[in-house]
Formats: sequence, structure tokens, C-alpha cells
Amino acid sequence: MLRQARDANATRLNSLPEYFGMLGAIWAGAPALLVYFVWLAFEGDILMAQVLEMLPDADSMAATQELLIGDIRNAIENPISYRIASEEVRMAADRYRELSQTATLALTATCLSVFAVCSALALKFMTPRIRARAQVEKIIRGFLLLCSMLAIFITIGIVLSVLFEASRFFQIVSVTEFLFGLDWSPQMAIREDQVGSSGAFGAVPLFVGTLLISFIAMLVAAPVGLMSAIYLSEYAPSKVRAAVKPLLEILAGVPTVVYGFFAAIVVGPALRGFGQSVGLDVASESALAAGFVMGIMIIPFVSSISDDVITAVPQAMRDGSLAMGATHSETMRRVILPAALPGIIGGLLLAISRAIGETMIVVMAAGLSANLTANPLEAVTTVTVQIVTLLVGDQEFDSPKTLAAFALGLALFFITLALNFIALYVVRKYREQYE
Amino acid sequence: MDITETLAIPIPEQLDPSATTGHADLDLTTVGDITVPDPRMKLRDINVFYGQKQAVFNVNLDIGSNSVSAMIGPSGCGKTTLLRCLNRMNDTIDGCRVEGRVEMDGKNVYARKVDPVLLRARVGMVFQKPNPFPKSIFDNVAYGPRIHGLVHDRTDLEEIVHTSLERAGLLNEVKDRLDQPGTGLSGGQQQRLCIARAIAVSPEVILMDEPCSALDPIATARIEELIGELRKNFSIAIVTHSMQQAARVSQRTAYFHLGYLVEVGPTKDIFTTPKHQLTEEYITGRFG
Repeated sequence: MLRQARDANATRLNSLPEYFGMLGAIWAGAPALLVYFVWLAFEGDILMAQVLEMLPDADSMAATQELLIGDIRNAIENPISYRIASEEVRMAADRYRELSQTATLALTATCLSVFAVCSALALKFMTPRIRARAQVEKIIRGFLLLCSMLAIFITIGIVLSVLFEASRFFQIVSVTEFLFGLDWSPQMAIREDQVGSSGAFGAVPLFVGTLLISFIAMLVAAPVGLMSAIYLSEYAPSKVRAAVKPLLEILAGVPTVVYGFFAAIVVGPALRGFGQSVGLDVASESALAAGFVMGIMIIPFVSSISDDVITAVPQAMRDGSLAMGATHSETMRRVILPAALPGIIGGLLLAISRAIGETMIVVMAAGLSANLTANPLEAVTTVTVQIVTLLVGDQEFDSPKTLAAFALGLALFFITLALNFIALYVVRKYREQYE
Repeated sequence: MDITETLAIPIPEQLDPSATTGHADLDLTTVGDITVPDPRMKLRDINVFYGQKQAVFNVNLDIGSNSVSAMIGPSGCGKTTLLRCLNRMNDTIDGCRVEGRVEMDGKNVYARKVDPVLLRARVGMVFQKPNPFPKSIFDNVAYGPRIHGLVHDRTDLEEIVHTSLERAGLLNEVKDRLDQPGTGLSGGQQQRLCIARAIAVSPEVILMDEPCSALDPIATARIEELIGELRKNFSIAIVTHSMQQAARVSQRTAYFHLGYLVEVGPTKDIFTTPKHQLTEEYITGRFG
């Protein structure tokens, strides 16, 4: 009976009716949407060009023209700017508004007519012979491809922009000085007669600081995260697991700036006080405080990855070991952990790259002075902190001080990229071996 | 409860045997003698529950010494669940509850003071799917002796590993590559490795849960041959879906249906002259 129904259908339509509907909607709607977005993208510039043409002295210097455009835009958007603007600008703004209204009407008309024409065409060309299902499938695939391409191109764009600015930096400061210099003080004299601050761009203290803090963070996060993952995945009754796991994941939802002031206001002074009581000199902004709090921040990251990896070890392994008369912890130590270890290491590497990239906590708790030290009780600074301080405030984009931020960003990018690469490699190797 | 008493337990609708057999009124009393002259383990009045759902109903059965006891029956009849009662592997399943007595040397293995870890060293198990650990062949077999502290030096350990592999009929195939991962072996070899791993701690009983269902006929034949060999030294309980396998390897067969032990007896009697109607229908292939 099913076959009969299918045969009867096949003589008329090769796809379910809704596919023809979908294809028709795409044919009719997609061109209109395209027109709409292209129009919106160029409308502002074209209108502004027309407005400028109308103004008498529009052919003056490019720089003043940019200022003028800025003024006009302000006048259009902001009533107060409009009131204080010059006669000329007001006129331009009025004209822009007029044009803009017309343009909106024109846009509506254009889109509707494109839609109408396309609908008519779709109606005309939509025949039962068209393989609607296959076509819709192709269009969906193309759309998905476009989205993934977009993400890739944006990434490439970011890398290129950082690379370009960094290359400008390396024209002023040599690569070797940047990579191997032991001195970091990016303050440049703005005038010839200013004292001090000649600018030194040796990034070693920053990388040492970053590694020190990341190391302390992993010292906290790796054992605590791993142990809690082992408890949750192997020992905890399902009720406890259901309650504890979301609680642990709340830690991941705390904004890093909150961790930052926790580190700066609670942990930092507490460490300092404790240090004083045992006769140690602890800086109020210390690598230890920042690293400790950062470790707490990464705990849910480590525990959730480890939990996944441990849970992914087949139940047959556990049964096999338990049936041999092994206890729970023997099973864990001798079978589950060795099987899960490469995955756990991959997860830890990802956590390290997270720690290296973390900014807010170190900005607030680790300080700004670029000390070359391995003592966790002193203040150190990290790559990310320096990027922030270099780019905050008024900037001139031709000074090495500002450009140094891009060089640091580039270096950071390569380090985390390498770490992620190694992590993925380790995880993949593990899969080949045990599956 | 007297085992000869007719069970008048209401059967839930979805488990209604008449749905599969066409019999409205069903007698699920165990037919045949559940005892053997030289029992190694005894199951008495076993009921097993998964949460609210009961999977095994009032089973009484003896596992004979140095013989192979086969448990057969359609899927979901509780045979695997019952097998896992023998080494308390059901303890590891959340929400699983076992009532009744499982006796070994006259002692209840479910008694409070019995450590399941020690029990499992005496009652080994081989699973449906070969599950070698992601370690070398040597370390797989050495796993049990190591955790139970059975050996004190490397020479002893090597001897145990070699003997176990030999008895599992695997030594000749792997003796040159004991340091290779056990997961790299073929399915049949992996299963024999698991058997070697199980016998390395010299258990008294070996439980096998459909040990050949993931293997091809040639590998299956080797394992069956091996079971015949192992019977001389171990007591074996095997769950199988293959009636031919039960007929080939076992001396006693128990037929389960929907959690009830329906019939038990010497294998040749079960397969030639089954007494219970359900058994007859199952072995003649009318359902299951």
C-alpha cells in the first residue's frame, strides 16, 4: 500500500510539496533580501557624497572634509549638535534627512518590486519536474558553508591586522631585542628634552611573568579539577553529581573581573598579612595571589574536560577491572586514568592556554611592574596586562609604545596556537591508539 | 518459599508471555532438579530488582563443580542479571537490588561481612565484548596477580603470565609480542586474552556472559574448545544466546523465561526431551 502511494506520488512530484514551497520562498525572497542589505551597506556613503557635492567648498582638503562629515553626522543624530552647528552644516544635515527619507521609500519600493518580479518568475518556472528537495538541500549547504567561511575569514583578518601592525613595530625595534631583551619599560619620551624613559622593549620579563602566573594557576587547577572530576564521574552517587556539577559550573560563569577584585581585595591582602606574620615580605600585588585566583577560575574548565574524558572510557574497562577483584581506586589508578591520561593532558594544555590569555585577574591583582623574577611573592606583570596598559588612554599609532602591543599580541597568539595544536595532536594520537 | 509450589505471581501486561507464546495461562514453576551432587555455588530464592522493576523471580539453582552450566533463554529473561549475582557485579549498577542467598562453601556471599572485592578474585568473569585494558598483553594478564599481591618477583609473574596465556591457548600467537597493546589483537584473540586475564588469579569459578557473541565462527570454535579444557580445573557458568553452543559446551542447561527459571537439567535431556512446553518451543525455534 505504501508503495502504491509512493508510485502515485512519483508520477506527479519528485519531492514533498513543502520542498517546492521552500524553494519558491527562497527564489522569491533571497534576491530582495540581498538588494536590501547591499542598499543599506552603501546608502550612507552615497547620500553623504551627494550632500557634500551640494556644499560650495566640498572640494577642499580631504582632512577637513572628514571633519565636516563628522560634524554633519553629529548634527543628524544629535539635536544639541544640530543647534550649535554652523549654518552650512545645518543645511547639509537637513538635506541629508530629506534624501534619507526618499531613499527609505525607494528602498521599500525596490525591494517589493524585486520580490514581486522574483515571485512571478518563481511561479512561472516552478514545475513539478524541478528537483526541489535536492535544490533546497544545496542552498542550505551553501548557506552553512558561507557561515563557516565567515568565521574563518574573520580569524584571518584579525591575524593579518595584528601581523601588519606588529611588522611596523619590528621596523623600529629589532626582533631579537624584543624576544631576548631583559628590560621592559615602554614609556617613550614625547619631547626631546624629557628625562628618563628611553623605551626598552625586551619582552622576556613579561613572558616569565605570564609563565609564572600560569604555572601557579595550573598548580591549583590541575589537581583540584582532576580530583573533583574523578570524584564526580566515578564515586559520586547520581544525586550528588546532579547537585555538585552545576554548582561547579557556576564558577565558570563568574565574570573574570569579579575574580579580579576577589584577588585584589581578599586574597592579595590576606597573603600579605600571612606573609608578614611568618616574616616573609609579600608584595600586596603578588604573582601568587593572581595565580591562585586564576587557578580557581580554571577549575571548572579542567574538571569538565577531565570528566568528559573519564566518562568516555568504556564501561567495559571498569567492569573488567572490578570483575578481576580490583577496588574502585585501583580501577581508577591502573585502568581508567592511564586510558584517559592523553585526553586529560590535552585538556590541561587547553587550560594553560586559557590561563596565558587571561587578563582581568592579572590586571587587578598582579601589578604592572615588569620584574624579571621567579619569586611568586613579588609583583610581576604579564603579556596581556601590558597590552591593556599600552592601549588604554590616548594613543598615537606611530609610536613604538603603542605598536608594541600588537607585537605582544602576535607572540601571545602564536604561543596559544602552538599549545592548542599540541593539545589536539595529543588527543588525536590517543584516539588512534585506543579505539 | 517452596520451589515446587506453583507461582501465582501476576504477570505485568507488557511482559505477558502469552503475547510471545500464545498461551494465556502459564505455569512458570521450575521443572527438573535444581540441585547437583557436587555444587560449587548455590543460588537460593534469588529476586533481583532494577529500581521498581523486577528482573529475576525466585530462582534456585546449583552451579556444579568442574562442569559447565549453561543459561539460555530469550533476550531480557534475566540470565545475565542472574550471572552477575554470582560475583556481585550487580553491586556496581545503580538501583540494582538482590534478595536471596548465593552460597559458596556454605557461606552467603551477600552477607554483610563478605568483601565483594575478594569474592571477585575467586569468581572471575569474561564479558560479552572482549575488554582488554589499554595496556600491553603482558600487563593485561599480570593485572590480577599484581593487584592481589600474588607474586613477589618478576620471574614468578612471568611464569603466571605464560601459564595463563598457555591455558587460554594464546601463548603461541603472542609470545613474541607480549609488550604490544592488548587492544591490537583480533577479536577472538582479545577474548582469549580476557580469559587468560581471568584465570591468572586462579579463580574457582569463571562466569562467561555470551563470550562468543562478538566473534566469528572460527574464533567461537576455539573459545568453545577452550571452555572444554578449562572445565577440568574450573567451574564455569556461561550465558549464551546460541542453543547449539549450550548443547556443545555444557553439561547442565537452565532455561529462563521472563525472569523465571523454567527448566533445568542435564544438557542432553533439555535438548532431546524438554519437559516444559516453553522450553520445547524455544529450542525448536518457535520463538526467542
